[in-house]
Amino acid sequence: MRRRQTEWLVSLPTLAWLTLFVVIPTLLVFVIAFRPANPYGGIGRGWTLDTIRALATPNYLLIAWRTLWISLLTTAICLLLALPAGYTIARAPERWRNRLLLCVIIPFWTSFLVRVFAWRSLLHPEGPVKKALEAIGLVGPEATLLYHPAAVVLVMVYTFLPFTILPIYAAAEKFDFRLVEAARDLGARPFQSFRKIFLPGIRRGVVTAVLVVFIPALGSYIIPDLVGGPSGEMIGNKIAQRVFSDRNLPHASALSAVLVLAVLAPLVAVLVLQRKGKKSDIIMGEAP
Amino acid sequence: MRRSRFPIAMTAVVMAFLYLPIIILILNSFNPARFSSRWEGFSLVWYAKLFESPEIWQAVRNTLIIAVSVTAVSVVLGTAAAYALHRFGASRLQRVHYTLIYQPLVVPEILMGISLLMTFVAVGVPLGLFTIFLAHVTFCVSYVAMTVLGRLQDFDFSVIEAARDLGASSWQSTRKILLPMLMPGIVAGALLAFTLSVDDFVITFFVAGPGSTTLPLRIYSMIKYGAPPMINALSTLLLVVTLTAVLLSQRLANRRSGAVKSTG
Repeated sequence: MRRRQTEWLVSLPTLAWLTLFVVIPTLLVFVIAFRPANPYGGIGRGWTLDTIRALATPNYLLIAWRTLWISLLTTAICLLLALPAGYTIARAPERWRNRLLLCVIIPFWTSFLVRVFAWRSLLHPEGPVKKALEAIGLVGPEATLLYHPAAVVLVMVYTFLPFTILPIYAAAEKFDFRLVEAARDLGARPFQSFRKIFLPGIRRGVVTAVLVVFIPALGSYIIPDLVGGPSGEMIGNKIAQRVFSDRNLPHASALSAVLVLAVLAPLVAVLVLQRKGKKSDIIMGEAP
Repeated sequence: MRRSRFPIAMTAVVMAFLYLPIIILILNSFNPARFSSRWEGFSLVWYAKLFESPEIWQAVRNTLIIAVSVTAVSVVLGTAAAYALHRFGASRLQRVHYTLIYQPLVVPEILMGISLLMTFVAVGVPLGLFTIFLAHVTFCVSYVAMTVLGRLQDFDFSVIEAARDLGASSWQSTRKILLPMLMPGIVAGALLAFTLSVDDFVITFFVAGPGSTTLPLRIYSMIKYGAPPMINALSTLLLVVTLTAVLLSQRLANRRSGAVKSTG
């Protein structure tokens, strides 16, 4: 069969590449979590459960809990901001719509590190945000805005917001706004028609938005590293510390394995819910 | 009936929130003051300092070597993958293929960084420019494949069949019809791959070795250890490069459909 041959021929390069550099490395993380560390910063011989046991400390539980609530809060705030924005862009006149959308896409692609750095200078004790808040008397001169979990949430909302707006816009664009108008004609207040008609109508976009924010948020590393300080550390910081400070790769692997499982949980949950409900393709089809 | 103004006001707030920090950063790169809360006139002093630093030039060199080679390889791999996904989409093999290609787009970067580091250490590959290249291709392929796939979905395959009926060989019809028609999508994908490679920090941080410092790694160490306002200047330059590539790629990706699509 020619067709079958061609299919394999064009698929094989990426299949091989991604097997080598995605599938095998991911499996390796789980394997190395059970290997001992050697004193030279490499991976030792034999097998051990000590690394897994070492994860059950109050410190790690605190980090896991913080990672979870920071990610959940970030997702919630992103959603609250993205819903009106996605709605407005979808309802804007054609010419404006494309411009607004480009405005959302540009930060999506511009240097992540630079955008985090921009906030670091804004929140700096000598920076404009602090000065402005001091001028209105909201904070005292000794207050610190940087190195606080709130700073982590703020910067995470900032970097993930475009990811949230795009799927909501994509769903809102397909939504039939005459339904909202009909509801208004029948006496619904604006917020009522938004909550009872619009929100259920774009449900799939909302689920995608939640996934594309919550999953990367769980693995955040740069943002807590640059604006969080010790009180804002997340699991990503712990993984990096095990790699770069103590050169303990098995320990880093064990932490990463926990993160992999944490990332899979919401994906599996959505898949199961979909199986139960109507058959749809939120994950496969609509994520940006 | 009056439409509520609230969503429009919120959108304005969101846009200001997205752009103000970047604008302030760009303005500060022209501010000669060491602590950037006061404006002391327009100056290019930080840019001049930047161009005098040999470390920056070394980082620029590394970044470009990686980005150019990553773009070349991921464009070839990504385009072939998109073609396979589109042409044979219904088969079981392609469903596996799609899942694999989709994975780097959702999995947190730190997981890709750490798992690749483990692999390189386990196999004994010395860390450096080559390992960064391998890692970058791994995520760039997915973005290229998705961008080209978007373009393929508008492509009418009956044109190819017509050419074959008229006696063109399979290679001829691919080279003379399919590739030229896909070109805007391929170039858009290439620009995205280039931008992503120039920009990547997290994955690079894990798989870099001694002497393979890239621009984002340089910026990171400047942020962490003493923050001269030179970073503002360097960031502004990086913004200009990525912005140009993104705008070009958006232009190309949407040249025919006219609407801005969310790629990636």
